[in-house]
Amino acid sequence: MAVTNIVNAVIGGFLIGASATLLFWLNGRIAGISSVVASMLFTKDRLWPALFLLGVVAGAAIYYALGGSTPIPRNGFPVWLLAVSGVLVGFGTALARGCTSGHGVCGLGRLSLRSLVATLTFLSVGLLTTFIVRHLFGVI
Amino acid sequence: MPNIIALLTGLIFGFGLAISGMTHTEIVLGFLDVAGQWNPSLLFVLSGAVSVTVAGFYWIRKLSKPVFANTFIVTEVKNIDRPLVIGSALFGIGWGISGYCPGPAIALLATPNWEVWVFLPALLFGYGLHEYVSKKLEVKIVNPTDNQSLRPEQPTCG
Repeated sequence: MAVTNIVNAVIGGFLIGASATLLFWLNGRIAGISSVVASMLFTKDRLWPALFLLGVVAGAAIYYALGGSTPIPRNGFPVWLLAVSGVLVGFGTALARGCTSGHGVCGLGRLSLRSLVATLTFLSVGLLTTFIVRHLFGVI
Repeated sequence: MPNIIALLTGLIFGFGLAISGMTHTEIVLGFLDVAGQWNPSLLFVLSGAVSVTVAGFYWIRKLSKPVFANTFIVTEVKNIDRPLVIGSALFGIGWGISGYCPGPAIALLATPNWEVWVFLPALLFGYGLHEYVSKKLEVKIVNPTDNQSLRPEQPTCG
């Protein structure tokens, strides 16, 4: 892979970590996307979650507007499989109370054992699932 | 002020996600697909982010309160329970199928394509389904402390 990709990955990681650190330091809140979405949908305290998510979209929009590479959708990826994936990600992260950002970035930052278990679980199950979907079922 | 902070930190988060490459499913799946042409990007993103949060949170936890709020809102749950492991496993299956986790899926609204219009409604349906199921369960629970551990007033990660 190109060196620029690694540099971009590290810069992006630092920015995500900086965002999570600032939100916790200033507002006392954890920047876990799944919990922020759940707060916006199911609690009365929904203004700050909505603004945070608006910021996420706007921040990505700025990067793309500056000429950053935009993702290209897959042709022929089964629609039903993508929908099943969405339901599993939503239900799973709500049940586990955290996703890649909540357990991965913030939870590991807090040295939480729960988050370490969660992160190792979704990473290992993710590796296995991708192997099955791509190499056994041939879906790319 | 906390609302402005939420918007600005969201902005940094979204920019970071976009530049990191994590909104590209081929990069995420390139990491998860160890039998294919392996792409280590995700490892650099996660370790970059965690190196900042470990140092930052270590310092912040020594403070008595956040700058613009009265308390730090962090889960009190400490034990490794079944919802944590089963939920993470279900998430791993969904993530391994499509390469989307919640953050990138939302950031992708900045440059929407057909995948977003399928994945995002399904994601929200998943959240709604969990909310519905946990409300159903809540009625059956007698012990109020169990109740609290199942459905915290403030949803928090970790």
